[in-house]
Amino acid sequence: MAVQETVETVEETGKYKYGFTTDIESELAPKGLSEDIVRFISAKKDEPEWMLEWRLDAYRRWLTMEEPTWAMVDYPKIDFQDLHYYAAPKEMEKLNSLDEVDPKLLETYEKLGIPLNEQMLLAGVAVDAVFDSVSVVTTFKEKLAEVGVIFCPFSEAVREHPELVKKYLGSVVPKSDNYYATLNSAVFSDGSFVYIPKGVRCPMELSTYFRINEANTGQFERTLIIAEEGSYVSYLEGCTAPQRDENQLHAAVVELVTMDDAEIKYSTVQNWYPGDEDGKGGIYNFVTKRGDCRGARSKISWTQVETGSAITWKYPSCILRGEGSVGEFYSIAISNNYQQVDSGTKMIHLGKNTSSRIISKGISAGRSTSTYRGLVSVHRKADGVRNFTQCDSLLIGDQCAAHTVPYIESNNPTAIMEHEATTSKISEDQLFYCRQRGLGEEDAVALLVNGFCRDVLQQLPMEFAVEAQKLVAISLEGSVG
Amino acid sequence: MLEIKDLHVEVGGKEILKGLSLTVNAGEVHAIMGPNGAGKSTLAYFMAGREGYKHISGSVTYKGQNLLDMAIEERASAGVFLAFQYPIEIPGVTTMTFLKTAVNAQRKARGEEELDAVRFLKLVRVKAKALNISDDMLRRPLNVGFSGGEKKRAETLQMSLLEPALAVLDETDSGLDIDALKIVAEGVNALRSPDRAMIVITHYQRLLDYIVPDKVHVLSNGRVVRSGGKELAMELEETGYGEISASAAQ
Repeated sequence: MAVQETVETVEETGKYKYGFTTDIESELAPKGLSEDIVRFISAKKDEPEWMLEWRLDAYRRWLTMEEPTWAMVDYPKIDFQDLHYYAAPKEMEKLNSLDEVDPKLLETYEKLGIPLNEQMLLAGVAVDAVFDSVSVVTTFKEKLAEVGVIFCPFSEAVREHPELVKKYLGSVVPKSDNYYATLNSAVFSDGSFVYIPKGVRCPMELSTYFRINEANTGQFERTLIIAEEGSYVSYLEGCTAPQRDENQLHAAVVELVTMDDAEIKYSTVQNWYPGDEDGKGGIYNFVTKRGDCRGARSKISWTQVETGSAITWKYPSCILRGEGSVGEFYSIAISNNYQQVDSGTKMIHLGKNTSSRIISKGISAGRSTSTYRGLVSVHRKADGVRNFTQCDSLLIGDQCAAHTVPYIESNNPTAIMEHEATTSKISEDQLFYCRQRGLGEEDAVALLVNGFCRDVLQQLPMEFAVEAQKLVAISLEGSVG
Repeated sequence: MLEIKDLHVEVGGKEILKGLSLTVNAGEVHAIMGPNGAGKSTLAYFMAGREGYKHISGSVTYKGQNLLDMAIEERASAGVFLAFQYPIEIPGVTTMTFLKTAVNAQRKARGEEELDAVRFLKLVRVKAKALNISDDMLRRPLNVGFSGGEKKRAETLQMSLLEPALAVLDETDSGLDIDALKIVAEGVNALRSPDRAMIVITHYQRLLDYIVPDKVHVLSNGRVVRSGGKELAMELEETGYGEISASAAQ
C-alpha cells in the first residue's frame, strides 16, 4: 500500500542531515542557574557593570515567574537546574580573521552548507556564525562598515556600542515580558547586533547561523536590529543542532526597531533537530520575537520556515505604533512524527492607518500537532486599520492534528479585518495524477506541498527560496496517507 | 503495442472487467464505446495503475513487457498517458511548473538530459499556441478555476509535450462545447503518428466525427461484445447500446 511505502520513504530520506556532533574542547559553566552563574556569564563576556545589573534584575524577576501552560504543547517539566548555561569552544576569544578560527569549527559550518571562507561565500551575504554560546566569526564586517552598517556579535556590541545597546535592549521585549524572555535576559549568551544608519540600504543580505553543539546546554541568543529613518535591511537566520537523545532548550529573544520609512525583512529557516521518529530527543524552542514599527510608514516583515524542533513555541509579532506602518507575517510550519508546533503572530495596531497581513501555512504529518495562535488587536485611537489573515492547514495522514486559534480584539469601529481559514489533505487523486505524469511519489508530494506553501515561499530572499523549497520537500518526503 | 488478454478486474469487491481482450497496434486509433457502467473508465484507470483496482486474472502486455509489474510513474515514463475525464486541480503549482516537472521527470527516468528553462519555454510556447492556450493560462495553477474546455486543452497540451507511445483518452469530450471539442480534436489528430497508438473512450459518437478511429469496440458488462470499423459507431448512434448489450447477455 502506498501509505506503508511512503512511511518507509520518510524513514529513509527524512533523516536529519545535521545531526552530527563536532568533537571540540569546550569550556562549560557548571550546571544549574544562580546569581553566580549570571555573574560568571557576564564576566566571561567582559561586560560592563550596567549589563550585569540588567541581567541580575532579570534573573530576580524570573525567580518570581511561572512557566506558561496555555500553549497546546505537552512535554515533561524542564529541570532548569540540570542545564549548562554557557558553553564555548576553548580559546575562541578575540579573533581577527578567519585564519585564526579552529579548522574544526570551519569544517562544522561547511558540513552545514555554510562555508565561512569569504571567497566561497555567495556574493552578497554576510554571515555571523554562532556556535553554542559564542559568535565564531562575522564575515564582511569591514565592507559593511564602509556604509556605516554595524553587524557584529552581540557581546561585541555591548563593549563597542554601549550607547546603542543601552538605548534599545529590552525596549521591544521588556526583560519581564514572559518566562522564557526573562530567562533569556538573565543568561543570554550571544547573537547578532545590527545597526543600519539613516538612509542606508544595506548592500547585502545579513545572516546568522546558530548551532547548538554541546550536550545538556541551553542556547539563549539575543538579536537586536535597529533600522534608522529611511533605511532597509534583509536578515536571515538559520538554525541546526546535533542529534541527541535528550531534549535541549533553546530560548531566544529577537528585537527589531524601525524608525520612519525604514524596513526590516526578517527571515528564518529553523531546522533544529526535531527528535527521532519515536519522539525521542529534539530541541525545545521557546522563542520571543517582536518588532516595533516606531516610525511612520515603517515596515516589519517576518517570514519563517519552521521544520525542526520537538516543540515550537513562537509568535513573531509587530507593534504597529507609527502612523501608516505595516506588519507582515508569512509562515510555513511543518511538523512530522511527534513534533508539536504552537506558533503564530501578534499584530498590535496602535497607530492610525496601520495595516497587517498574515499568511500562515501549517503542514502536519505523522503524529504531530500544529496550532496556529494569532492575535490581531486594534487600539481605540487607531483609525483606518486594515488586517488580512489567512490560515491554511494541510494534513498528511490520519494521525496528525491541526488547530487554528485566532483572537481578534477591535476597539475601533473603522477597522476592517478579514480572516480566512482552510484545512485540506493531499488527496489520492492528486498523487495519482502527478504520478501518471511521471513524477515519483516523493517528487509528487514535494510538488504539492510546495504548491500549498507558494504564497510564503515567494516572500523569502531569492538565495534562500530554493534551499527552503528543498527543506520543505525533505521534511515531508513521501509522507502521504 | 498493447495486448490485453482475458482481463478480470475487481473494484471494491465487485468484478467490473470480466474477460476483456483487446489488441492495439502502433499507428492505430481505437475507440471504446459503451453504456455507463460497462467498465470503460475502469479499463483506463487500471492500465494507468490507479490504486483500488484489483487484478484477478488475465494479462496486459505493453511493448512486450508486463505493464502490471510497473509502478504508476514507470508506466508514464514508458509512454503510457491517460487524459483524465476529470483533470485534478493542483493548487499553487503553475501549469508551466507542472509541465516542466513532468517532462523532466520522464526524461530523467529514461536517462535523457533534462530540458533547461529556456529550451522548455520555447517548446511549450509552440505547442500551447496550437491549442489556443495563452501565457496567462500557463501561469495559473494547473486546473484550478479552469473551465471545462481549458482543462481538456491543458490535458491535450500535456499529451503533446510528453509525446506518449500509448495515449488513453477517457471521455475527453465530456464537458466540451463544439468549438472546444474541435480544438482538442485537432490537437489529438496532430499527434497521430505511425509510432503512436491511441485509445479513445467515449460514450457518444460525436467525438468520433472529429477523431476518426480505425477500429471501434463496444464494451458491455466488462467485455468487448462487438468490434468493427468506424461504421460501427454510426450504427450505435442509431440503435443505441440496448440492443447490443441485450444480445451480448444471451
